[in-house]
Amino acid sequence: MQIDPRGPRFGAAVTTLVLALVLITGNPWLLAAQALMFLLGAAGQAPYVLFFKRFVRPRLGPPGELEDATPPRFAQGVGIVFAVLGLIGFAAGVTPLALGATAAALLAAFLNAAFGLCLGCELYLIIRRLQPGRIQ
Amino acid sequence: MAGLIVLGVTLALATVLGLILRGRAGRLRAQKGKGRAGMDVGEPLGERATLVQFSTAFCQPCRATRRVLGEVAAMVPGVRHIEIDAESRLDLVRAYGVLRTPTVFVLDKSGNIVKRASGQPRKADVIAALGHAVDSPSHQPDGA
Repeated sequence: MQIDPRGPRFGAAVTTLVLALVLITGNPWLLAAQALMFLLGAAGQAPYVLFFKRFVRPRLGPPGELEDATPPRFAQGVGIVFAVLGLIGFAAGVTPLALGATAAALLAAFLNAAFGLCLGCELYLIIRRLQPGRIQ
Repeated sequence: MAGLIVLGVTLALATVLGLILRGRAGRLRAQKGKGRAGMDVGEPLGERATLVQFSTAFCQPCRATRRVLGEVAAMVPGVRHIEIDAESRLDLVRAYGVLRTPTVFVLDKSGNIVKRASGQPRKADVIAALGHAVDSPSHQPDGA
C-alpha cells in the first residue's frame, strides 16, 4: 500500500510530544497510552495518522511522492518494544530503565519528525544480519 | 527532575545524530583498499559500469533510490542497475559491511568497487561517480 509520507511524519511529531511529556511528568499511564498507539500503528491503524488524514491533509496540497506503508509500520513495532521496556521500568521502580527506554523511543520519534529518518527501519537489516543461516 | 535532564540530553543527541546522518546520507565515497575486489552479484554486469543497490522491504528511501539509479542507467549507455534484496543475500551484506539500506555500490566494468554510498544518493553525484568508474582503470589507487 502507498501512503502520504507526511502522515507518519506528523505521527512522529505527536509521538515526540507525548514521550517528552512522559519524561517531564514521569506518568506511566501516558506511556501506556503511547504503547497502545504504537500497537495500533503496527496494525496499520495509527490514530495520529488517521487524525492527519481526516483533519490536516485536506488543508494541504497533494504529496510530492508517495511511500510504502511497510517501513513506518515496522518502526511502530519497534516502538512497542521500547514502550513496554519503559513500562516495566516504571512498574518495577527501575527509573533508569523507565527513562532510558522512553528516551530511546523519543530519540527515534524525534529523528523521524525533524529529519525524516526512520531509525526503527534501519534496525531491520542490522537485526537480520545478526541472525545466522539462510544464506543462499 | 531527572526526566527533564534526560529529555534535554536526548533531544540534543538526536539533533546532532540527525545532522550527521543527514550530512552523510547518499554521499558517494571511495571504497577503501581492501574489499575493492570484484563483487559477485550473481548477475551479468553492465558493459561499462554497474550500479548495485541493496534494499529491504522496510526501507523508506529505497524506492526513490531505485528511480534515480534506474534513470541514470537508462541515460548512460553501458550502465546497468541491479537491485539486490539484502535479506536474500546476507552473505554479500556481511562481506561488504552493508549496515543500512539503501546502500549503493558503483562497480567498474570488471566488478571492482569504485564508490559506495549509504542512503539515497543524488543523481548528479551518481553520474559523477560513474564518470570515475568508466574512466579509471581497475587498479587505480584510492583517494584522489
